[in-house]
Order: sequence, then structure tokens, then C-alpha cells
Amino acid sequence: MPEPTYIVLIKQVPDMDEVEFDYEEGRVDRSSAPLEPNPFDLNALEEAVKYKEELGGEVLAISMGPKQAESTLKDAIARGADEGILLHGREFAGSDTWATSLALAHAIETAGSCDIIFAGEKTVDGDTGQVGPEVAEYLDIPHVAFVSDVTKRGEKEIQVESETWGATYLKSMNLPGLITVTKDVNEPRLPSFKDKQRARKAEITTWGIDDISIDPDNLGVTGSPTRVANMEVPPPEERESLILREDPGNSVNQLLEKLDLGREN
Amino acid sequence: MSDVMVFAENNGNKIHPVSYELLGKGKELADKLGGELTAALLSGTSLPAGELIERGADRVYRGTAERLAEPIESSYREVLVQVIEEANPEVILIGATNFGRSLAPRVAMALDTSLTADCTGLDIDEEKNFVQIRPAFSGNILAHIKSRTSPQLATVRYRVFPEAGIEEGKEGEVIDVELSLGGEDTKQVEVLEERRGKKVNLEDAEVVVAAGRGLKKEEDFELIEDLASFFDGKVGASRPLVDDGWIGRAHQVGYSGRRVKPRIYIACGISGQSQHLAGMKDSDMIIAINSDPSAPIFDYADYGLVGDLYEVVPELTRQLKGE
Ligand SMILES: Cc1cc2nc3c(=O)[nH]c(=O)nc-3n(C[C@H](O)[C@H](O)[C@H](O)COP(=O)(O)OP(=O)(O)OC[C@H]3O[C@@H](n4cnc5c(N)ncnc54)[C@H](O)[C@@H]3O)c2cc1C
Ligand SMILES: Nc1ncnc2c1ncn2[C@@H]1O[C@H](COP(=O)(O)O)[C@@H](O)[C@H]1O
Repeated sequence: MPEPTYIVLIKQVPDMDEVEFDYEEGRVDRSSAPLEPNPFDLNALEEAVKYKEELGGEVLAISMGPKQAESTLKDAIARGADEGILLHGREFAGSDTWATSLALAHAIETAGSCDIIFAGEKTVDGDTGQVGPEVAEYLDIPHVAFVSDVTKRGEKEIQVESETWGATYLKSMNLPGLITVTKDVNEPRLPSFKDKQRARKAEITTWGIDDISIDPDNLGVTGSPTRVANMEVPPPEERESLILREDPGNSVNQLLEKLDLGREN
Repeated sequence: MSDVMVFAENNGNKIHPVSYELLGKGKELADKLGGELTAALLSGTSLPAGELIERGADRVYRGTAERLAEPIESSYREVLVQVIEEANPEVILIGATNFGRSLAPRVAMALDTSLTADCTGLDIDEEKNFVQIRPAFSGNILAHIKSRTSPQLATVRYRVFPEAGIEEGKEGEVIDVELSLGGEDTKQVEVLEERRGKKVNLEDAEVVVAAGRGLKKEEDFELIEDLASFFDGKVGASRPLVDDGWIGRAHQVGYSGRRVKPRIYIACGISGQSQHLAGMKDSDMIIAINSDPSAPIFDYADYGLVGDLYEVVPELTRQLKGE
């Protein structure tokens, strides 16, 4: 039996606490913020590494993005991935979720056989959560989304808790399959200094369109079924607040007078 | 090819209310496109189609299959694709619930067509393009999206649009669809157990009282519960308290938790980081209790009480109860 392969889909995103939004121009200044791995994807990676620790195998991190995304893949290696593959080239730029999923699915097929694919619940910039299930559909494998716990790691089957229909469902899925994870699934480990040193020297494989045999007509702005017609940056909706700073008894009293809360009930 | 179809999400007993909101908006879009409004009612056991019609649907495509009794996306994907191919709508609206957001991408990829996630605005422009407005960048921007393929799919956020009203006695057509659910792949996922006990529907609460890091011990949730119970409301929490295991994850409010829009949101000892705000800033009324007068939450609150939550919360509960 060949060793199992786990693939993690990981995107590099701007740090949302630092990124600046230009309210007047309606623009996001991506250069204003440091780049980091999408926070949800670190949970996906952690889950893959846990699988490997239990059952052996290899963790492969795949990212599609600009050259700088190499650092996100190195970060993934420091956190336990064995290899990093970057899909890169101008043809990929401007892809929507459909085109992104198509490219990632081609890369997964190129990488060879794979047992489980791990993706994040969503990215903090694209914010759609579509890429995981779209990849699964293209590869014709099952998926479970919004996984908040992995309860059994098997070679042929995975058991997970998934949040859906307003409840928690314990599900089993035959492998190969894909899961998308929420932040609740685990606490991603922090890489040690030694791991970071090792990862810094790691080679990242770069693949272009020819390596994954994908038709460029299906990629980028031209290949994407959706396009952004325009963008608005609405200023944060602050509220006119009445601030009460007296002793608790008085503040509460004033609040209730304003609100008439008591009487509604 | 100018009809609008609404996917009527249900758990076998009850149609999710987001479906009624979609019917309201869907009707408006269908009128602008010069088409009809249809609904896909797919379920494990047969559900009445009447309310969908009374709320605006001209036609309901109804189908049942045993396997639809469970939330398994690949089963639903198979039958929804079948219904879409039969009804041939131009626009398909799906609630942006966890289920909808997991099902829609499978359908879009299966049909090789466009999908826009989590829309908060929908319109038809002068050239009859379907314009989909959605937040991105963690809710900091609004993108206007257009599609160049057909049909065009969108998932739509719950509690953004009002529910379509009921027009009693309105007539419509119910088409019973013979579903063929044979694909082996629909058997790849199996539900072993439904953990109903954990269910907390924060999204539907009229009042949410939430605690953050200002709470010092797990036991102190009692203060929060006391206040919430006065309103018959629900208890929420910021992420750190959930991470510490003080309260179940179903109570987490925010970007990676639940998005709530209650009549009253009371934030106790919560600083108001953007990821928390993303889950509650659209509440009708926000009351913040925090000991730090410079806490960002006060900028987003209608009423701010500067003080120690251990004094303010019990005092509020006491005065509300008229003690
Ligand atoms: C990708 C990502 C997703 C996230 N998703 C979420 C999410 O869904 N939900 C979420 O909540 N967070 C989320 N976070 C975390 C978020 O960034 C903040 O860390 C978190 O919201 C802070 O919680 P807090 O306000 O309870 O704690 P703090 O920021 O520590 O604030 C505690 C507040 O309590 C006040 N306080 C202290 N003692 C008292 C007292 N006795 N009386 C009154 N006030 C007191 C303090 O003045 C302070 O303002 C996410 C972060 C990331 C990176
Ligand atoms: N460019 C990308 N490269 C690698 N993985 C991605 C990329 N975009 C999205 N993903 C994966 O798909 C998930 C959902 O992304 P999204 O649909 O953009 O919200 C992410 O959490 C990642 O796991």
C-alpha cells in the first residue's frame, strides 16, 4: 500500500487587522498590510498534520497566487507540511472561485493520488467558502463542510462533526474526500525556531499552466463566470451612542428610562 | 429563460425562513426580468407547497426521496440539478445558510456556471443583468458582481430581506417531479447521529446577551444568563471564551461564529474587535457594558455603560425585574 497523501489548500491573504480601505476611492490597499496564511487554512493544515501523525503519510500544501505566496508555503512546511506547490503565472490572475477551483483541482490531479483534501471554511479576503466544495465537485469526490471536529481518522473513512441545518451532525465520509474546517476544529500549533530554520531552506515547487495541463481560456478574468463590476468601501457604520458613566444604579436607571425596556415585557 | 428559482431549504419538517425572504426578493427580480417565480421544494418526506405559492411562487417543483431526509450535499446536488434542468431558470437563489453555502458550489460546478456567495443585495440593471452585491474582505467592502454564464446562482444571507407576505388563496401550480437519486456518490457520506442537544439557534433570537474576556470565571456566566432570561433571550460569547471551553461553540458571535441580528444585543466585557463586530453590528439596538471608556465597542453601540460588568449587569437585571 502506498503511503496516504493529504493535500491542504492554503491561500496567502493580507492581515485583516492591518489592511487599509480607501473609503473615498473605494479601494483596498493590499500593499498596506503584511501577508499571512489564511487563518482558517492553518486549521486545515493542523488537521492534515494530525492525520499524518496518526496514520503516517505525506502532507502536501498547494497554493495558487503570486510569487510571494512561497512564504506561506514555507510557513506550512514549518508547521508540518512535507512539501509545498505554488500555482503561479499571469494566466491565473483574476480568477474567480470557479476558475480557482478548476486550477486547484488540476493541480491535485497532477500531484497524483490523494486521500483527503483539507480546506478552510473561507478566506478572509475572498470570503466565499466556495472553493473547497467546488474542487470536490470537479474531482467527483464527496465533501463535508463546516467541520468543527474530527472524531475518527481512518484509512478508508473519516468521521467528523459538521455544523449544518442548525444542529451538529456526526458524519462519516468515504475517502478520498474533502473537508472544509472551521476555527473550532483545533488549535494550530506554533512552529518552533528549528522548524522555521528548516522551512526557510525548503524548495517550493512552482507549477504553471503547462505543468497542470489546463486550458488558459478557463482561467483568469476571461475564464471566470463572474466578474466584479465595481467595488464599494462603505465607511464603518458607527452609531451615535449615548455614553453613561455614572455609578451603576444611576446609569442603569437612565438607560431604562430611555428605553422603556421593562415595560415591553 | 427569465424565471427565478428559489431553493426552499428545509430539514424535513420545516421550511427555513430564509426561503420566504428569497421569495420576496425573487418576485421582484422575476418581474424585472419578465419571468416567473418558481421554487424547488425537495425533501425526505413530502411537504405542503401551499405556503410557497401564497408567498409568491407561480410554480413549485416538488420532489421527495428518502435520502433527502439528511443533510448530504451530494444527494441534494443531484436532484437540484435535475430540477434546474427541467425548469430552466435564469437565476437561482439559495439561502446562505451553512447547508446552502456547501450545496451551491457543488451545483454551480456541476452546471459549469457562476455562483456568488453570501449576497446582501440583488438587483436587475437596465440591460437586464443580474447584479449581485456581496461583502468581501471580512465584511469591509461591498463588491458588485455580474455573471456571464447561465443560469446564474447566488447564495443570499439570512435576515437581510423581509419575508414575502402571505396572499391567502393565491393559486399556483405544483409539479411533482419524479426524482432519480441513483448516483453511487450520494452514498459516500453517511449521517451517524444528529446531536440535537447542542442546538442553539442564536440567529433567531430576539435578544442576545453576550459576554467577553471581561468575564473572569466560567461560573460567572450565571450573571449573563440571568439577564438573558429576563428577556427570554439567548446567551452569546466572544471567541476567547469559546476557545477556553467556557461555553459551547454554537454561542460564539462573530466572523467565525454566528452572525446575529437581534432586536437587542447586549455586549458585556467585549472590546469590539472587527471579527466580533462582523457578527453583531447589524443588530437593531446595541448596548455595551465595558469598564474601559475607550473600548471600540462604544463606537458601535446605541447605549454605552462605562463600568464594571460585575456591578452593572446585576443592577440591570435587578432594575428590569423591578426589584
Ligand atoms: C480569523 C479570525 C476570526 C475570528 N473570529 C472571531 C469571532 O467569530 N468572534 C469573536 O468574538 N472573535 C473572533 N476573533 C477574535 C477577535 O479578533 C478578538 O480577539 C476577540 O473578539 C476579543 O474578545 P473580547 O472582546 O472578549 O476580549 P478582549 O479584546 O480582551 O476584550 C475584553 C474587554 O473586556 C473589558 N473588561 C475587562 N474587565 C471588565 C469588567 N470587569 N467589566 C466590564 N468590562 C471589562 C475590557 O475593557 C476589554 O474591552 C477572530 C480572530 C481571527 C483572526
Ligand atoms: N488561491 C488559493 N490557493 C489555495 N487554496 C485556496 C485558494 N483560494 C481558496 N483556497 C482554499 O479554499 C478555501 C475557501 O476559500 P474561498 O472560497 O476563497 O473563501 C480556503 O480556505 C482555502 O483552503
